[in-house]
Amino acid sequence: MAVIPKFVGERIKRREDPRLITGTGMYVDDVRLPGMLSAVVLRSPHAHAKINSIDLSKARALKGVVCVLSGDDLRDKVGPVPCVAPADHVPYHPVLAQGKVRFVGEGVAVAVASSPYIAQDALDLIDVDYDPLDAVVDPEKALEPGAPVLHEEFGNNSVTFASVPNPAVDEAMRKADKIIKARLVNQRLAPIPMEPRGAVARWDGGYKQLTVWSSTQIPHLLRSQLAEMLKVGENRIRVIAPEVGGGFGCKLNVYAEEALVAHLSMTLGKPVKWIERRRENFAGTTHGRDQITYLEVAALKDGTVTAVKAHFVCDMGAYLQLLTPAIPGFSGLMMTGCYKIPALSFDQQMVFTNKMSTDAYRGAGRPEACYIAERVMDMVAAEFGLDPADVRRKNFIPKEAFPAPTAGGLVYDSGDYELSLNKALEIVGYQKVRAEQEAARKQGRYIGIGIASYVEICGIGPSALLPPKLKGGGWESATIRMEPDCKVTVLTGVSPHGQGQETTFAQIVADELGIDIDDVNVVHGDTAVVQYGIGTFGSRGTTVGGPALMMSVGKLQEKMKKIASTMMEVPPDQLIFTNRTVALASDPSKSIPLQQVVDAAYGYKQPIPGVEPGLDATSFYEPQNCTFPFGTHVAVVEVDPETGVVKFLRYVAVDDCGRILSPLLVEGQVHGGIAQGIAQALYEEVVYDESGQLLTATLMDYAVPKAHMLPRYELSATVTPSPVNVLGVKGVGEAGTIGSTPCVVSAVMDALKPFGIRHIDMPLKPEKVWRAIRDAQQKG
Amino acid sequence: MRLSLTINGERREDDIDPRTLLVHYLRDIAGLTGTHVGCETSLCGACTVHLNGHAVKSCTVLAVQAEGAEITTIEGLARGGQLHPLQEGFWEEHGLQCGYCTPGMIMAAADLLARNRNPTETQIREALEGNLCRCTGYQHIINAIQSAAAKMRTQKAA
Repeated sequence: MAVIPKFVGERIKRREDPRLITGTGMYVDDVRLPGMLSAVVLRSPHAHAKINSIDLSKARALKGVVCVLSGDDLRDKVGPVPCVAPADHVPYHPVLAQGKVRFVGEGVAVAVASSPYIAQDALDLIDVDYDPLDAVVDPEKALEPGAPVLHEEFGNNSVTFASVPNPAVDEAMRKADKIIKARLVNQRLAPIPMEPRGAVARWDGGYKQLTVWSSTQIPHLLRSQLAEMLKVGENRIRVIAPEVGGGFGCKLNVYAEEALVAHLSMTLGKPVKWIERRRENFAGTTHGRDQITYLEVAALKDGTVTAVKAHFVCDMGAYLQLLTPAIPGFSGLMMTGCYKIPALSFDQQMVFTNKMSTDAYRGAGRPEACYIAERVMDMVAAEFGLDPADVRRKNFIPKEAFPAPTAGGLVYDSGDYELSLNKALEIVGYQKVRAEQEAARKQGRYIGIGIASYVEICGIGPSALLPPKLKGGGWESATIRMEPDCKVTVLTGVSPHGQGQETTFAQIVADELGIDIDDVNVVHGDTAVVQYGIGTFGSRGTTVGGPALMMSVGKLQEKMKKIASTMMEVPPDQLIFTNRTVALASDPSKSIPLQQVVDAAYGYKQPIPGVEPGLDATSFYEPQNCTFPFGTHVAVVEVDPETGVVKFLRYVAVDDCGRILSPLLVEGQVHGGIAQGIAQALYEEVVYDESGQLLTATLMDYAVPKAHMLPRYELSATVTPSPVNVLGVKGVGEAGTIGSTPCVVSAVMDALKPFGIRHIDMPLKPEKVWRAIRDAQQKG
Repeated sequence: MRLSLTINGERREDDIDPRTLLVHYLRDIAGLTGTHVGCETSLCGACTVHLNGHAVKSCTVLAVQAEGAEITTIEGLARGGQLHPLQEGFWEEHGLQCGYCTPGMIMAAADLLARNRNPTETQIREALEGNLCRCTGYQHIINAIQSAAAKMRTQKAA
């Protein structure tokens, strides 16, 4: 019999792919049900307006139209869109606007028809009488007296004010050689998964069973929230996350349309589908970032940073989505980055504006933090004329210090920051590139070298870190079932949508049970099949879902060893799983086929004392700490002073995500992350004009990078296992996004150093760079 | 109105609403849901199919414009149970994550390789200008296309 190889650590092809490369995967828009109707949502063209009246009569009269509803029709029928994160002011957020609209794209009415084309025709026949009101889009202006107020009941636009004071900061400021001040902006971004959102609902009245297919990252949490919004028991709702075409945080949410289609299906008695169009996706799916940070940094001449103080203004948009006000907290807590900065204080003013809500977007608070930390290091280097790599080395938390408590009150699990910096610099040939930069400057060419060392927080984590109102905590679940034919089913509570856990988890199980990877089927994203789980976000799929799986594997192994032990008459602790057998560890030739053990468990013809029939195990894993992946990215760019265009010459990334289970998939995650981080640095920005009109509502206006706008990435890794979990993994879904943004900004600023330019706010579009160069030249 | 055309080698006739977009015809009437809709503005390329051998964005083609045409979709790329070299390339080189852009990406790449058997990395990046991917950062897609191109050149030579 052929020997079954080991799978963990191998570059194996994904098990998800055969259906996806042949067009046979099923995304939510591919769901087809008999009698299914289409729903289309009419959206506000105004950023802020009073609704005087809505005339639905003409739309209702159109042939093929089944039903047309406005917000008033849904009062007391569908509960509000939930926010579970704490805030002083949580506004009522109806599924369709009631009396007033507060951002462009807010749902005002819904039309249901036999086809989406007819439903769309019906929207054109709806007459809404609006009184436009003054809008406010700048979060700082929204705080000024006299600014238009979005939610009158609160009297102003403050969502909440949070403060983390520290008297040691003032002391450090007094003793500093220099206090460096800056205003940094993390601009508003749109997540833009290639698959927009969508939901299909089917109410089976006879069985009192609601099935909702949704393009979501959190099927179980969505089910809990839908139960509340619709007043239907959770045991009567089945949420299915089918194939999900990317999420990046914007599908870590509960949206009006998900409840809307469910309500429509329950009242109409037919399945109802709603599919978001790209323009709606820009206007009505959560955005990310949108933070302004006023910084004061206490620094010593040798480059040591002794304190950081920050005031944040965070734009929440018009309403609070699921976690909206919880996101900026990570920016504050992680602001000291990889550095042993002893004193940190910050406060955060969160603000309502007439824009779409912000919420999680790949990195969710940590890219902002890392951008701040890395700009600080560069500013200190520039201030004292030091090498930016040396300033980082000077301030790094040393590897001996782990587990390392931070000024933000976290405990970093493990790390070796200098190792990753040194490795990245060695790969790029730092001294040589510096020399080339010098030579190029003499020829009037502007090359820049950017460095960013990052640390982030993943695998969140202990449940206490999640909002108290969230149903479900930071844990994750897994069931493993050895079927009677010796094939294995895994039910995971995470809900992958591109990350590849169908592969990674199959690798783990195959190795642990000594079976082939083809013998393992990983199932996810169906609340009727899978035990309650939390979902996929915050790089937690393998970091929290993996250890949960290991717990269940352990329980299953224990049971099978007990059974085998009676059959082989050897103690269970001397048995191992290898090559589809249970074997004696000291002499694997002494073995019995795994199938015999499975037969004994299911057939149960000879009862085994203390062992129940059947072979499955379920576990819920609560992490004791978060994990903290880290690394260093180095970019070499050239800026054309005539056009302001930034060209990549090199991009090197050294990432440490702990133990690497699936190298090819880790590379894929890092690549995609870098692309999104570069996009923030150079290309992307959601723009609303002063009246609150969304100017970037198509892919023509919002610059999601194309293949020719991105470099070839040179990847390497260091491996510092996490002591937090049994797999030693740290998470890799967001790392690339976090390291790359400050790295690229650092490189461009380094290129512009001869002009005396120290800072330009992102995105560093050619026009902005060109203007900065021209302004500097005119001044000079 | 009546529409007749050939999809993946199979002739079809259907009665359609004249305003039906090709992509909706393929997905909703022909039942071929492998072709995806990502933007409805021909900017993302998720809906790319071949019309008479050339890549088109099927979200901005009316179905009636395909009268008498031969359409190839992702479902028609594998022949006799054998994956197309591009499908193999995307699988082997991890050229996809969420998979939503993949059918369009593969169809666009097939169009490129029909015109250029041995494209450089720069040529591939430029040829993919009309196809967006949010997951991969493109590098593995480029590797996948290069790998497929090499395989197809060998196959042709043999």
